[in-house]
Amino acid sequence: MKRTSRMLLILLAVLAMMAAACGSDDEAEAGGSEGTEAPGGTEAPSEGGEGASDAKAAFIMVAPIGDAGWNFMHNEGRLGAEEATGVETAYVDSIPEGSAEFDNAVQQFIDDGYNIIITTSFNYMDATEQFATDNPDVVFEHISGFKMNDTNFGNTFGRMYQPRYIAGMAAAAASETNRIGYVAAFAIPEVIRGINAFTLGAQAVNPDIEVEVVWTSTWFDPGVEGNAAQALIDNGADVLTMHQDSTATGEVATEAGATFIGYHSDMSAQVDAYLTAPVWDFTPRYTEILSSAAAGNFTPESFWGGIADGIVDIAIPDGSPVAAEMKEVRESIINGEFDVFEGEIIAQDGSAITDADGNLVVDLQDSFGNDIGAVGDALNDGILLGMSFFVEGVIGSAEG
Amino acid sequence: MNETTLIGLFVAVIEFGTLLYLAALGETIAEKSGVLNLGVEGMMAMGGVTAFWAGVETGNPWVGLLVAAVAGALVASVHGLVAVVLGGDQVVSGLALTILGLGLAAFLGEDLVQERARAKFGSLNLGPLNDIPWAGEILFDQTAVPWLALALGVATWFVFTRTRVGLILRAVGESAAAADSSGTSVVKTRMIAVMIGGALAGMSGAYLTLSLAPGWSEGTTAGRGWIALALVIFGAWKPGRVGLGALLFGGLLALEPRLQTFGVEISPILLSMLPYVLTVGVLVLLSVRSRNRPSVAPAAIGLAYRREER
Repeated sequence: MKRTSRMLLILLAVLAMMAAACGSDDEAEAGGSEGTEAPGGTEAPSEGGEGASDAKAAFIMVAPIGDAGWNFMHNEGRLGAEEATGVETAYVDSIPEGSAEFDNAVQQFIDDGYNIIITTSFNYMDATEQFATDNPDVVFEHISGFKMNDTNFGNTFGRMYQPRYIAGMAAAAASETNRIGYVAAFAIPEVIRGINAFTLGAQAVNPDIEVEVVWTSTWFDPGVEGNAAQALIDNGADVLTMHQDSTATGEVATEAGATFIGYHSDMSAQVDAYLTAPVWDFTPRYTEILSSAAAGNFTPESFWGGIADGIVDIAIPDGSPVAAEMKEVRESIINGEFDVFEGEIIAQDGSAITDADGNLVVDLQDSFGNDIGAVGDALNDGILLGMSFFVEGVIGSAEG
Repeated sequence: MNETTLIGLFVAVIEFGTLLYLAALGETIAEKSGVLNLGVEGMMAMGGVTAFWAGVETGNPWVGLLVAAVAGALVASVHGLVAVVLGGDQVVSGLALTILGLGLAAFLGEDLVQERARAKFGSLNLGPLNDIPWAGEILFDQTAVPWLALALGVATWFVFTRTRVGLILRAVGESAAAADSSGTSVVKTRMIAVMIGGALAGMSGAYLTLSLAPGWSEGTTAGRGWIALALVIFGAWKPGRVGLGALLFGGLLALEPRLQTFGVEISPILLSMLPYVLTVGVLVLLSVRSRNRPSVAPAAIGLAYRREER
């Protein structure tokens, strides 16, 4: 009796593991099969004798690619780059950060002959760096971090604050209560930068706009996100936006008859209240990495691209009363005439951060207390990447 | 803080309370029969995904709720088979059930992730009742599910304390051998209790994906099943107290982001810890108290019953 039950338990456990693993398994197979029809783009020089065909790229994702958010957009980028370059690609998803699974997955891909590894979550950074050191013949690209080396390890990120600014313009034009709700995950520079840019854009259309922020302390939890969104509606917001991975905020906006500005991808198919969204497009950047690595001339860089590079963008909603202004701003961002954080910037408490020339009038620290800028400095990328203050018009604490 | 935000808070308290109560009530029934089922999170996930699927297919949230109950009961029957029929370890089997349920739900729901939520529970329309200030919006502008949960809670209390069925259930949970010798089928009773528990956990998942946060994605249950488990202990295995606990824990979940809009600065991370801190506190109280009094926990909980080993 005892033995039978123990056997059954083991069977059950195995079944459970199979079920858990199933998802990623057949996805990976399906993913690899699409790029096999080698396209005409044979501009790769291939002096090594073997040609571009032995380049294989593997992508590591932190959550399921079906999440309509961050990971979904990376998979779209992978498929786009595969089609453009003919480089075979594969991926695994749901790999936790800082886990043995990550090491296993990367090592497995290397053992299987993959010579381009792209890791797409912030806390993969240190492990990716280590792998790059240990495998000098493999190209590594890490997304959303800041580390690199001189030979085979670079990083990529996008200036999402540019489309966020334009999204703020659309939001302000859609608001009648002059109050916009912003459901945000964590008080880190990336999110704070987005909130500030959004607020500046909204104020460019209507100086009376206030943006109220609620922190959820989670990237993905529809229950909490929806609750936060409802709290913002209860507090008077009639436009909602978010920096999260689910569409829960949009559901609440629809229910409340409010307007929803999404994030990551076009969510019009799922959310009735959807107006537009700042979106990611990793295809151009991944195409660049795959083709340069396949041609053997990959040069690591810290790539922080904007709308002009095609890595981020926003669809201008035709019905918006400020559609023309939004188009104009988008153009001037692309051709470099306008920068979101140029000119005078006032902090939440009304004190000045920069003067009219865009130079700091106070010393700035990041949230860890490290100095990132001194009086007189221009508001450069280093300050943007460590941004820990809210601009005027934001309601909520920048400390999370 | 004003009237609207306060009413909004109370509405959210009832919503999250309902979510927790359905699952915790089911677990209370299972544990009363002596079976600990740590698979609540997995059963909830299975309920959530099947309910959302049925909702998308039929457009009717009630069909979704029913399908979720059946799915939850079926998943629970796996635990029943291992832990009750075969006498396997309840803790191991329950944990395996969580992993199985979460994995299976993710697998089944792959194509549902970007699906529009077509079926949602609508608000009750009770005419004049809805117009009562405060109570109208808080109690009657809800969907029917919180009321259903309340009814189920009262029914469970009634069965536990006032009926022969309840007596048998409790006897099996206190001393399976004694119940067995009085002619009660321990296996049958426990199996039914576990499956009812699964059905309620499934309904909790359905409420999540069809009302509280319409939509499906892997990870939607986000650990609420574990809070429900803690809640059973917090409520000392009594349907009424578990209900009050559900409002308290649900209130903490509802408050988490809302405190910020009230201008109160408490770390949301600290708040999300509170249900567990409270549960540990209650556990300590219970064990201190039970030094000189019989424990409130079902005496046979976690113990497999095998007749030949009596």
